[in-house]
Order: sequence, then structure tokens, then C-alpha cells
Amino acid sequence: MSYESLQILWFILIAILWIGFYFLEGFDFGVGMLLPFLGKKDEERRAIINTIGSVWDGNEVWLLTAGGATFAAFPHWYATMFSGFYLALFLLLIGLILRGISFEYRSKDSNRAWRNRFDWMIAIGSFLASLLLGAAFANLARGVPIDENMMYTGNLFTLLNPYGLIGGLTTVTVFVLHGANFLGLKLEGELRERVHKLSKKIYVAAAVITTLLLVATYFYTDITSKLGVNPGATPIASYLALLVTIFFINRKMEGWAFIMTALHIVLTQVTFFMLMFPRVMISSTNPAYSLTIYNASSSQYTLTVMSIVALIFVPIVLAYQGWSYYMFRKRIIADKQHLIY
Amino acid sequence: MDPVTLSRWQFGLTTVYHFLFVPLTLGLGWFVAYMQTRYYQTRDESWRKLAKFWGKLFLINFAIGVVTGIVQEFQFGMNWSEYSRYVGDIFGAPLAIEALMAFFLESTFLGVWIFGEGKVPEKVHLAAIWLVAIGSNLSALWILLANGWMQHPVGYVINEVTQRAELVDFFALAANPKGWLFFWHTIVSGFATASFLILGISAYHLARKQYVTEFKRSFQMAALVGLIASTLLFFSGHTNGQYMFETQPMKFAAIEAHWETSQPAEFSILTIGDLTGKREVWSIRVPKVLSFLACNNFDCEVRGVYDIQDEYAAKYGPGDYIPLMVVTYWTFRFMMTVGLLMILLSFLFLVATLKPYENAKWMKWVPWVLVLPYIANSSGWILTEMGRQPWIVQGLLTVEQAVSPNLTTLDLLISLLGYTVVYGSLAGAMFYLMKKYAVAGPDAALHESVDVEPEGGSLGDALPIGAQD
Repeated sequence: MSYESLQILWFILIAILWIGFYFLEGFDFGVGMLLPFLGKKDEERRAIINTIGSVWDGNEVWLLTAGGATFAAFPHWYATMFSGFYLALFLLLIGLILRGISFEYRSKDSNRAWRNRFDWMIAIGSFLASLLLGAAFANLARGVPIDENMMYTGNLFTLLNPYGLIGGLTTVTVFVLHGANFLGLKLEGELRERVHKLSKKIYVAAAVITTLLLVATYFYTDITSKLGVNPGATPIASYLALLVTIFFINRKMEGWAFIMTALHIVLTQVTFFMLMFPRVMISSTNPAYSLTIYNASSSQYTLTVMSIVALIFVPIVLAYQGWSYYMFRKRIIADKQHLIY
Repeated sequence: MDPVTLSRWQFGLTTVYHFLFVPLTLGLGWFVAYMQTRYYQTRDESWRKLAKFWGKLFLINFAIGVVTGIVQEFQFGMNWSEYSRYVGDIFGAPLAIEALMAFFLESTFLGVWIFGEGKVPEKVHLAAIWLVAIGSNLSALWILLANGWMQHPVGYVINEVTQRAELVDFFALAANPKGWLFFWHTIVSGFATASFLILGISAYHLARKQYVTEFKRSFQMAALVGLIASTLLFFSGHTNGQYMFETQPMKFAAIEAHWETSQPAEFSILTIGDLTGKREVWSIRVPKVLSFLACNNFDCEVRGVYDIQDEYAAKYGPGDYIPLMVVTYWTFRFMMTVGLLMILLSFLFLVATLKPYENAKWMKWVPWVLVLPYIANSSGWILTEMGRQPWIVQGLLTVEQAVSPNLTTLDLLISLLGYTVVYGSLAGAMFYLMKKYAVAGPDAALHESVDVEPEGGSLGDALPIGAQD
């Protein structure tokens, strides 16, 4: 393959990893944030955790793989973004650590305070991670100060602009809605009813703030005027998918409601990557300083090697991860006799 | 303190901390898989109890290894952006492959193993734990190939146009002897770590005459595996040393406080240096032994620190190319002493198991042996990383050139403090759980604490696990 097609291929592959991560970890972040609010009794909380218990770790590997693939295929992108967003990523890591350890440790002691503390750590960790990811992606779209040496020249507060915050909050509410829809699919009994009622309220928040993000994107970013690839109807379809979710929630068509939030998340990410292309980091200092797939990538040789590796392993991974979802497809009842702790 | 020093401290602390948990994950997974297989074959309840018991400890340890591992992958870009730019073309590949080949495998099948009992066919459940063990060991392979490349870069050229190192031979990277030697050494250290943990905890119960059938079984098994593993550690360590002598002569000389080139070279049993760590004050030395360690020959020449310093200064420009010798010298001696002690102890334990031993008086002291591999593992890791200083990639890039230029002291103080607080609390929770489950024995691992304690219970007086049902 030509050097340019390899660079494009790797842009697409990394986009797919991020999209997969948003879709999968999106609902388990949402489930995490809902946990202390939705689960009143201990076994209810355990049932909620068990809906994602067997899969959250595998979902998180999508993020690790996206990070590793960015390092391997676009070292400058990896270097500029990770060092530039230093404190934001540090907080994201803290969030991921708190939540990851809590899934494992919360039920290993019968002490009430112990369990409650870990449950809140799951919620706070999931919230922190969603907020920061959303803020980071919003800032990527908006552009951040980058100098001629591909060096980020801002600080944490540069990222905490109104647009970044709207992006963060949108991601939080959409993930919560996505998580609620997932729980609707996976739970049984009283909890299922409770989720159903709650998801109507979450829907309103998600729809309002996503509309706000849409408007803000028009005003705050240049990506509507400087299209990478014309996204066509993708953003409209994404917005509509979110709006029709309420139709399915009201009719208790849980499967369809979940598909719609999934579609919304996927199409939003697709729009993002289409608008960015071929840029990977937009410089707000000077458009000429932006990182693109051409100036940030690895050598042709490395991209070729990595393509072969990906061609072999991605299908295998997809197969067994898909199989594990299939294995644990049954609904979960909040009842001590049936729960795995 | 400047950002470079703080970044080094942060990388050092987070890496050593992460590596406290990794060897046990690597080794204990195989033990649990074996025990569960034995239960599957024999239907002997004792095997089931053992698999459950050690499986529980495996999980508590695994979780902390996973969450601290995420930090590892991110901090190359976060703290070492210039490193990432300069070698990303090469170094990124093994990291990405590690995620694709190993992380997905271990995390997915760990989920199947924890939640799948009774839900997936028993054979699948058994396969899951084997796949977890394979996955975690595969991940060790790729990260050590990446680290091996930093110690001994191969298969690359310097591209003058892009001003960075670029990969030209992937198979040289994947077959780098440095990485493979690290891998073997680390894998056997995983077996040794797991063996000593098992010996210690089994002895705790044997000394109290609890679960005697189960813990005799695991004690014997661990004594045998521990002896084999710690003996192999000695040999793989020796091979690592010889390859180091070839590829990183400065590290080798710094480990031995070998100041002047000599032939044959004497081995230092004890050296006291001055406050700079670069001049000797006093030492005891055995003739010829260092030559043997370097090249299996009592008469070969071993170059000294000063000579190599001069050579590097001529080759790479003026600078200090001597690692902090007080650290390399002593970590090596800790590792060696503890390693030899582990061979001796596991041999004695194995001999003891030939006769009835469960009532032996010494049994109550055995639990302490489980700290040994932790001392050796940490020492070995610090030694191999600090021995490479001032280089981040041997001969190509120094640590000082590699740091992210945009980071401020404040950024680093915040993150360093944050990691310290969070990692400290994790260690507390982990230690509490490990101790609780280790002391409670197999029955507690069989009957999980399904119930939460009744309303109004105060913090700190948790009900004993399993007591409720």
C-alpha cells in the first residue's frame, strides 16, 4: 500500500477504536454513574454491577488499544496530546483507577461503609472519566494552542473553556442515558421499572444539552467551515437518533432505545473524525501548525507491520469479545440466590 | 526540584509499584489454572478448594496490577513526549501489539472466569483461566521486548529528515535477545514469587493445623516449583549478566563497583564508596570471580567504569555516563542474596516434605518467606532501569532529552502527590483484603460475603467473611 493510504487506514482504525470505546465503555460509565442513585439495597447494587461485571475490563482495553495504536501509528499525535493534556489525563487515570479497583473490591467485605465507599468511587470515577473525555474531544474539535514544534502551549485551564465544559457535560449525560438503556435491557423486576422511570428524566437532560453542544459547535469551532470530509447527513442522523430514543423509552422498547443511543454515540464520533480528517490536532495558534496524519505519522514500514498485526488480531479479538457478550446475554435479577459476588 | 527529576521519580515510583503486583499475577495464574484442571480431572474437593482459595488471592492482586498498568501506557506520552516522538516509530509497536494480543485476552477471559462458573460449560470455564494466564504472560513478553529495545536498540536507523529513530526490521525487535532474556527471567520470577507466597500462606495454616490436606498439597507443590524457579532464576540471571556485559558494559561495571579495567577481574563482596558514589573508600574482593560472571572464563578482561566513561565521553560528547553506583551495586547484592536464600529455603522445604513435616516447630516462621521475592523483584527492576542511566535508550537518547518540555514543576507535584495518595490507599485496601482472605482459609473463598452487614454496623468491625451464611 502507498504511504498515504496507510496513513488514512490508520486514521480510520484509530477512529474505530475510539468509536468502539465510546459505544462500549459509554454504557458501562453510565451504569457506574447511576449505581449509587439507582441501587437502594445491597443486592440491587450488586445486580447493577453484574450487568457490566464480566465486560467492563474488556471494554476499557479499547481505550488502551486506542492509546497504543496512536503511539505506534502517529507518535507526534500521541506525544502532543498526552503531554499537552497532562493534568486532564492524570485526572482521567485517577478516575479509571478508582472505578476499576472498586468493581473488584467492593463486595470483598461485608462492611456497609466499605461497600458504600467503593460504590461512590465507581460513580465518581466514571463521572470524572466521562467528563474529561468529553472535554478533551471538544477541545480537539475546537483547536488548542500548539506552536510550530508541535508543542502544546496552554495549560489545564485552557481546556476548561465553555465549549470544553459543554462537551464534557454532554458526554456525561449521554453516557448516563446510554447506561440506563443498557440497564433496561439487562435487569429484571423492580429495578427494571425504576430504570425505566429514571431514563425519561435523563433523556430530557441529554436532549437539551446535546442541542446546546450542537449550537455551540457552530459558534466555537471552525470545523463547520473547514470540513475535512463532508459528513453529509451524519450529524443530523446522530441528532435524530438521540431524539427518537424517547419514543422507544416510552413504549418500553428497551432494545431499540439502546440501539438509538448507541447509534447516536457512534454517529457523533464518526462526525467528529470526518470533520477532523486529515488533521489529528488542530492548532488554534496557527492553522499551519496543526498536526495531520501526514506530519504526525510513523514510517511506512511501521505502518505496514502494524497493519498486518491488526489484520490478524482485530478479527480474533472481535470474535471472542462478541462471544463473551453472547455468553452473558441473560437478564439479571437482584436476588441473593442468583447473584455472583 | 526540576521537572526532569520529578518525572523520573514519578516514573520510578509508579513502575516499581506496578511491578510489585505483576510477578504474582504472572506466576499465580498458572498455579490456579493447574489446580482447577486437577479438580476437573479428579473431582477431588480439595483441589476445588485450593483453586478457589488461591484464585481469590489472584483476583485481589490482579485488579491492582490492571489499574496501575493503565498509567504505565499513558505516561510515555504524558511525561516523556520527546522520547515518544523520537522512538515512537519503534516503541509504539510492541505496546500496541501488547494491547491487541494480550490485554484483550486476559481481561475478556478473566470476566468469563469470574462470572462464568455455572453459566458457561465447565470446560470453557477452565479454558478461561488458562487463557488469562497465557494473556498476562504474553503481555509481559511484549512490554519486555519494548524495554529490551531501550536497553539494547536493534533493527532501526536514524532518519535524518524526520530526525528520529525508525524501525527497519521488526523481526530484529521481536527477536531481540535482550527482551527474551528479560522475559525468561521475569517469567521464572513470577513462578518463584507465587511459590513463596503459597509457601508462606500454606505454612500459616499448617502451623495452626487448619485445612491440612489442602495446604500440605499446595506447600509441597510450591516447594518443588519454588526450587526449580529460583534455580532457573539464578541461571537466567547469569545469562542476563553476560549479555549485559556485552551490550551494556557500563551497567555491568557499575553493578560490580569495578572501577579500573583488569584481567582477570575480581568480584567485590563489599565495597564502600565515598559520598559521590564514584570513588571507592574500602572493599573486600575475590580474585577472578567477576571474569567468570562476565564470560564463563576465569581470565577474561573486564573493563572498568573509568575506562568506559572516557570512551563514552569521546563517542557521545562530554558528560557523566556513570549510573548512580550506590544503587546499582546494592540492589544487585540484595537481589543476589535473596535469590540464593530462596534456592536454599525451597530446597530445605522440599527435603522436609519427604517426611511428615506438618507438625514441625519451624512451620510458624515460614510465613515470613513471602516477603523475599518482593525484595528481589523490586531490586532487580530498579537495578536494570537505573543501571541504564543517563540513557533512556542506550546510546541514543538521554533521559534529560526525553522529558516533556511543556510540563511545569507544579504539574508534576500535583500528579506525583495524587498518585502517591491513591496508590497508598490502594495498597492499604489490597493488603487488608489479601490478609483477610489468606487468613480466613478456603471456606471463606468458597462462600463469598453475599450479605452486607446489618444496618448500623460501625466502620472497622466487619463480620468475618462467610459467617453469615
